[in-house]
Amino acid sequence: MSKNITTPLTDEALADLKAGDEVLLTGVIYTARDAAHRRIIEAVGRGEAPPIDLKGQTIYYTGPTPPRPGHIIGSAGPTTAYRMDTFTPTMLELGTKAIVGKGGRSKEVRDAFVSHKAVYFGAIGGSGALLAGTIKKVDIVAYEDLGTEAIRRLEVEDFPVIVVNDIYGNDLLEQGKSEWKRTVAPR
Amino acid sequence: MNAHAIDEVCSFQEHSGALAAFWGDVGRNMGGNMRDIQVSEITETVARLSQEANYYLPEDVLDALKKARRDEEAPRAQKVLDMILLNSEIAAEKQIALCQDTGTTVLFLEIGQDVHLVGGDLTKALAEGVRLGYKEGFLRNSMVTQPFSARLNTGDNTPPIVHTDIVPGEALKITILPKGGGCENMSRLAILRPGDGKKGIIDFTLRTIEESGGNPCPPLIVGVGIGGTAEHVMHLAKKSLLRKVGEHNPDQEVADLEEELLELVNASGIGPQAWGGRSTALAVNIETHPTHITSLPVGVNLQCHSARQKTAVL
Ligand code: SF4
Repeated sequence: MSKNITTPLTDEALADLKAGDEVLLTGVIYTARDAAHRRIIEAVGRGEAPPIDLKGQTIYYTGPTPPRPGHIIGSAGPTTAYRMDTFTPTMLELGTKAIVGKGGRSKEVRDAFVSHKAVYFGAIGGSGALLAGTIKKVDIVAYEDLGTEAIRRLEVEDFPVIVVNDIYGNDLLEQGKSEWKRTVAPR
Repeated sequence: MNAHAIDEVCSFQEHSGALAAFWGDVGRNMGGNMRDIQVSEITETVARLSQEANYYLPEDVLDALKKARRDEEAPRAQKVLDMILLNSEIAAEKQIALCQDTGTTVLFLEIGQDVHLVGGDLTKALAEGVRLGYKEGFLRNSMVTQPFSARLNTGDNTPPIVHTDIVPGEALKITILPKGGGCENMSRLAILRPGDGKKGIIDFTLRTIEESGGNPCPPLIVGVGIGGTAEHVMHLAKKSLLRKVGEHNPDQEVADLEEELLELVNASGIGPQAWGGRSTALAVNIETHPTHITSLPVGVNLQCHSARQKTAVL
């Protein structure tokens, strides 16, 4: 059974999430990937405010394809998360409560999710055509010159994700592997 | 003209600019018929292939995903595979990209040696095909110049990466492989010692897959090159991905290693998206090449489940 959760995520909702839980997200999420992260971190380094208030927000690592006429967005699946590992602790310090991406995170980042009581969700990499159907509204809100890497405000409905790293330090990648690993007799 | 006569002309030619023109005529007369192919036809073909490859998964890949779904025991992994299959239906129906990462456009050309390309520059024609295909197909532009500094988007996904083989005949075969960054970034090269043998190859391949985890979007097609030189072995690994899923290397010894590796990869427990399960890979494809007495190069190139490719023959 999936849990239906609306953004921004409350502390109660986050406390209820465990690695492996299937979640349908509804509400506003913001896209940001490599180039936008770099700019946000540089701006913060100069003492400026980030272009969006990150408190309580959900960040989605994606760079969509252009929409066909009559569509609001093209294919929009998750991109590999580890590339953002160096930026993530700062993003969490700025108040981000949830991140959606694909693939695992470094030990440091997993620890940061615990200390900031935030979660890392996985979406299915390579399912961008399907995920696009859950996106109901799209507005570019910052760094428009970055094209696909601009920060977009998305309104999503029942956007399917799974909890990979919860606030208790559990990791779905480790759990899944140890559950399904088996030994093979040598040939 | 016999070989001796050719030698004489060649040595004479070195001394005589005047003969060069004559020699050109001789060459033309000896060459037999060449088939002309307009490069504009190549541009149109690449544009069409860019779009088709990004909307429709090849049948063999779909069949392999369906088989993986049937065989999968982990409930979560079953759901992931269902979503991947559903995604392919949506992409095909709406003609939108299967994945937002529409890749680096890798082009493999098999050019018949009796083909004469006319009407322009082949490299430009290929780039123009990519530019048109990505624009008209609403595909993402992911290529940047100045890779270690400005990283400016070229704005049209050019340039493609082009590999050419000259083969007998008068056909031109073009295969497009849009290669996503998530899986391409997990490529690895090792120059093992000859004594490391088969075990060394197995250990290195498995370690590459373990360390990649969910980054390359499993279930994977694992491309492995063995032998040759450092650059050639990576080429072999990439090229092995062109083989249909389920087809083995014709050399029985290599086919056996493919089977053995596939069983080991799927025993890892990594599963689809690395969230646990049996179907970590759909296939392991190995290509080999003779190598130097001191070397045992191994290259691994992982292909995600969005294993897009499309071929046309002109
Ligand atoms: S690895 Fe493949 S499926 Fe995954 S995001 Fe990249 S291109 Fe898409």
